[in-house]
Amino acid sequence: MTNHWNDIANSDCVFIIGGNPAENHPAAFGHITKAKERGGKLIVVDPRFSRSAAKADVYAPMRSGTDVAFIGGMIKYVIDDMLANPQNYNMVYLKEYTNASYLVNPAFKGPADLDGLFSGYDASKRSYDKSTWSYQVDDKGIPKKDMTLSDPNCVFQLLKKQYARYTADKVSETCGTPKDKFLEVCRAFADTGAPGKAGTILYAMGTTQHTNGSQVCSSYCVLQLLLANIGVCGGGVNAARGESNVQGATDHALLFHLLPGYLERPLNTDETLQKYLDRSTPKWTDPKSANWVQNLPKYLVSMLKAWYGDAATKDNEFGYQYLPKGSDNYSFISLFHAMYDGIIKGLMVWGMNPAVGGPNANMTRKALEKLDWLVSVDLWHTETGNFWKRPRVNPADIKTEVFALPAAASFEKEGSVTNSSRWAQWRYKGADAPGVAKPDLDIINDLMIRIKKLYDADAAAPNRDAITRLTWDYGTHADPHKVAREINGYDLATGKLMVSFAALKSDGTTSCGNWLFSGSYTEAGNMMARRDLDDSPFNVGLYSKWAWSWPVNRRIVYNRASVDPNGNPWDSEHPVIKWDAAGAKWLGDIADGGYPPMAADAGKYPFIMTAEGVARLFTAALPNGPLLAKGMADGTFPEHYEPWESPVKNPLSGTQNDPCIKLWAGEMDFKGDSDKYPIVCTTYRIVEHWQAGQMTRNLPWSVELMPEMFIELSEELAAEKGIANEDMVVVETARGKVTAKALVTKRFKPFRMNGKVIHEIGMPWHWGYIGLSTGDSANVLTPNIGDANTMIPEYKAFLCNVRKA
Amino acid sequence: MAEKAILFDPTKCTACRGCQVACKQWNELEAVPTVNLGSYENPPDLSPNTYIKMRFKELEYDKSLEWLFTRRSCMHCTNAACVEVCPTGALSHHPLGFIDYNEDLCSGCGYCSQFCPFQVPRMSGSSITGIRKASKCLFCADRVTNNLIPACVKTCPPHALQFGDQDQMLLLGRQRVKELKAKYPDAYLYGEDELGGLHVMYVLPHKPTVHGLPADPRLPASTTVWQGILQPAGYVLAGLTVLGLGLNYLVARANVKSHGKG
Amino acid sequence: MELNRRQFLKLSGAGAGGALLYSIASRGAALGATSPRTIPLHKKVGESPTICPYDGSGCGFLVAAVNGKVVNIEGDPDHPVNRGAACSKGASMRQLSADNPRRLSKVLYRAPGAADWEAKDWDWSLNRIAQLIKQTRDANWKAKDGNYTVNRTEAIAEVGSSALDNEECYLLIKMLRSLGMVYIETQARI
Repeated sequence: MTNHWNDIANSDCVFIIGGNPAENHPAAFGHITKAKERGGKLIVVDPRFSRSAAKADVYAPMRSGTDVAFIGGMIKYVIDDMLANPQNYNMVYLKEYTNASYLVNPAFKGPADLDGLFSGYDASKRSYDKSTWSYQVDDKGIPKKDMTLSDPNCVFQLLKKQYARYTADKVSETCGTPKDKFLEVCRAFADTGAPGKAGTILYAMGTTQHTNGSQVCSSYCVLQLLLANIGVCGGGVNAARGESNVQGATDHALLFHLLPGYLERPLNTDETLQKYLDRSTPKWTDPKSANWVQNLPKYLVSMLKAWYGDAATKDNEFGYQYLPKGSDNYSFISLFHAMYDGIIKGLMVWGMNPAVGGPNANMTRKALEKLDWLVSVDLWHTETGNFWKRPRVNPADIKTEVFALPAAASFEKEGSVTNSSRWAQWRYKGADAPGVAKPDLDIINDLMIRIKKLYDADAAAPNRDAITRLTWDYGTHADPHKVAREINGYDLATGKLMVSFAALKSDGTTSCGNWLFSGSYTEAGNMMARRDLDDSPFNVGLYSKWAWSWPVNRRIVYNRASVDPNGNPWDSEHPVIKWDAAGAKWLGDIADGGYPPMAADAGKYPFIMTAEGVARLFTAALPNGPLLAKGMADGTFPEHYEPWESPVKNPLSGTQNDPCIKLWAGEMDFKGDSDKYPIVCTTYRIVEHWQAGQMTRNLPWSVELMPEMFIELSEELAAEKGIANEDMVVVETARGKVTAKALVTKRFKPFRMNGKVIHEIGMPWHWGYIGLSTGDSANVLTPNIGDANTMIPEYKAFLCNVRKA
Repeated sequence: MAEKAILFDPTKCTACRGCQVACKQWNELEAVPTVNLGSYENPPDLSPNTYIKMRFKELEYDKSLEWLFTRRSCMHCTNAACVEVCPTGALSHHPLGFIDYNEDLCSGCGYCSQFCPFQVPRMSGSSITGIRKASKCLFCADRVTNNLIPACVKTCPPHALQFGDQDQMLLLGRQRVKELKAKYPDAYLYGEDELGGLHVMYVLPHKPTVHGLPADPRLPASTTVWQGILQPAGYVLAGLTVLGLGLNYLVARANVKSHGKG
Repeated sequence: MELNRRQFLKLSGAGAGGALLYSIASRGAALGATSPRTIPLHKKVGESPTICPYDGSGCGFLVAAVNGKVVNIEGDPDHPVNRGAACSKGASMRQLSADNPRRLSKVLYRAPGAADWEAKDWDWSLNRIAQLIKQTRDANWKAKDGNYTVNRTEAIAEVGSSALDNEECYLLIKMLRSLGMVYIETQARI
């Protein structure tokens, strides 16, 4: 989240798309209710009428997978309205705080010119040469600008051209949304473009789980920047995260492509520390840009000092060579293909259930059979840990050695978790774990002690120093406070805890396990355990003394965009920060970067995390910096492409699918076509259950509320197929089939597009074959196809057929 | 001491059903084994293990769809049939306004269940020979008399449930109805006048029957008759176990007949 | 249902006199007594703050336990995100506790080809896992990829961790990267 949960109450318009907080983040509705009580509006766009939709002032249905078309249409609406009524928008924000005025390489061409593609596409590689996705620069390397926004090559004009095709009629034809409903959404949300007004976008996996999911996120950013809604109270682009610490697990980089704190992983070609830093550190010559990410070397070296201690010296590149290097994509779909192909032989599963939660679950389960060994650490028996005795397999045929290690629950141990608001919150042990179950921290510690012993005794082991020299001094029972202090970091000269990452150094004199968390545990104590509800000075719900928020306890990121270039809030009723000229300091939230206002000599542009210093309406490919600075894989603007499996031809261009998605061709990868599978299918969660089910399908109270797997379909489709409510039905895709009870409902309606009727059905994905409540898994239906940038699977839109069982 | 009330605003309810579980958690009630019944609603009915449940109803209204969520639980009436007919005093009016229930006193006669205009109290145990007990929402009597709010109200994320002095809840309810009138001409504060005032009031956007509530709940005429005869008898019978069980048997048999299989 | 002894005693003369008095007293109170009857709380409400293990809202809860066993979990009324509220999942948190017989309470091992689990102790299991990790890593070590030194193993993968605490996530990634692992994925991806 750019903002935080409590801030939703400050919003004049809450726009929920790609999410369903009433069911998946119910606490959000406490704040949404407050916003509504203040006169705020709630918009919900969703393929089905969800429990969130039931509370909406405006609900618009939208066929799954057409998000970019919908938002693109809104962008067009806002641009048209902005040109007609600039007084209703914050034009200073647009011109000064975004790259709207930046001039783009005249050789750049977009989908409006190239039938859905951007310049530089190489069909044989399914990727782009991004050399034209660049700015025109002056002799100092600073981008040229046209502050009148009229140059045909300026970002604003290119944006206008990009979305000129996204008319309300085209949106209606593509999304199946009634035109009047679409325009009602546009009007309601465009109202938040006025200075002093704020609208927030609240989204979740309905946004990301598409082959163009990253571009759906980008489309939200573009819309919110046009409306000056980033950085302000009640605004932002806010991802509601689905697990209690998926934010923390991401921050600490339990992901193939990152190191803790969103640092780049070393690639094959990063042969030395210097090469790695040269490649991944962004360079920018505009003196008004803070370009904060240029501090990366300090963070990486401090992390290596935390990991390798005295064994990390300048002479050995601070232990950089101990890190594994890799350039391939090792993401979830790749991982299970590698397992299926026998490359992966051992798997550790820490509190996850991929046999239910992964796409193409029949393949996932088959892949597990190829393992030599599997370790599942969990509170429960899971489908994954018990794959060898799943229905219709003979355990004797499966040679995998399997361990089920009992872990303590959240309230049976002590430590911190990070919520969607980026708040790291400390929690305590309140009860005993059952039997010999113990905290994961102890399990990890105990296992690593044993691994280190084995390597201490084997001088011939490959790259042994990476293990034997790793600092691991946690004793027999690791103290979470000690680990939290290691994460926070130390000044190694004084032995004192770091106050923040601002003082980290790249010379080996500081250590810090994760720079983002520097400041969370200081000499003043454990900041994450704070419980002070003081909300001064502005009383806008920041609660800056409750727990601790990364970065540096900042509650709203990009908050320098909430003030004008002189430091005065756009919204005087809900200021985030305010420049106190007399005291020469910012009041309110921790300002982004702490520099004086932009108009001052020493002032900086507000978006300190981009190299440019301004927000990107056009995602240029910059020559240096982390992966994202080098542009998106699939274009500089979000462009609508159909889901990998779709019942229609792309109404917006001749390019059917995102041109950069990786196509898998394993023996269990199947694509269905719309002749055989004419119905759109989507998957989701319900409030009564959670994720792959082990945390709720084992609880009698949760099972009572939702005892069985079910499939939801419209009355119209049910009539067509002769299905009655509560009938057992079979849903089939090219990958598999599920049988479950039908819920015939008014909450799904057929989409009427250009005279064609498209049906959509949906189902929860919580069920599996282990637990108090069992049922078929929706993910045996879903395809192994991922987003072009992140490889997040397309769980939300695929093709199926349905019949009475 | 002011009487207390719960105000339920279904227009704010998201049917997360935290209330259903929080009630079970606080009151130590077991889950009911059940199956999917063709909707999101479950368990199927109130029962000795279920004091509160949410009803779900899809309603096409004014060319748009509404999904109505309605609370089903004890309404804690001022003119309470259950109290009137209870022969042992197990059900009584607490000074804070709610219907207090003392299970130790319940003889299992089942009158409360039979005469409640909202069909709320449920009987546990064998219906013919064994010991039966009534069960219903307790208004979290131990919580509210110790300055804690009821479990269902406390747990409600969108503040669809509120708790406070009855006067205050009435004001809030009337204000909310006024706000809703523009969009819902039938908006109505249910429980302001019904049965002398309910201690669980609903802000209804539609007519009560649309939400599955009786339009004009009344005390069954027979309750007044029963009251005079049975209540004094109940006090006596409470001391006479054998006769008490006999009464149990008679009423239970009547209940079985009147309720059929349900 | 059988009439058990406790219920019988409650209903029979042993309790009737008191019951009668109670009933009359309560009527009297309803008719105009000024102080409300206080009914003692039937259990502790909560004292140990925790954060919900389900979604990423980060709602606060209070856990009450007696002798290490949970007796009550409900929302933390001071917590700014939820102010004491809990959805049906949060409200059911107590059934995650050790009282739930479905919780894993032993270390379990399934030998290759075996039809069922067997109980083992931590010591044996962690030693065995450490050995398997070392064998698999060392036997599938990739020192070079073309001309580049890469020092990694592609033979071991880890998935999960979004339910772990930050401190656990940090120790886990520190361990996994030191082993040269690259197939590392958390729930954020799916």
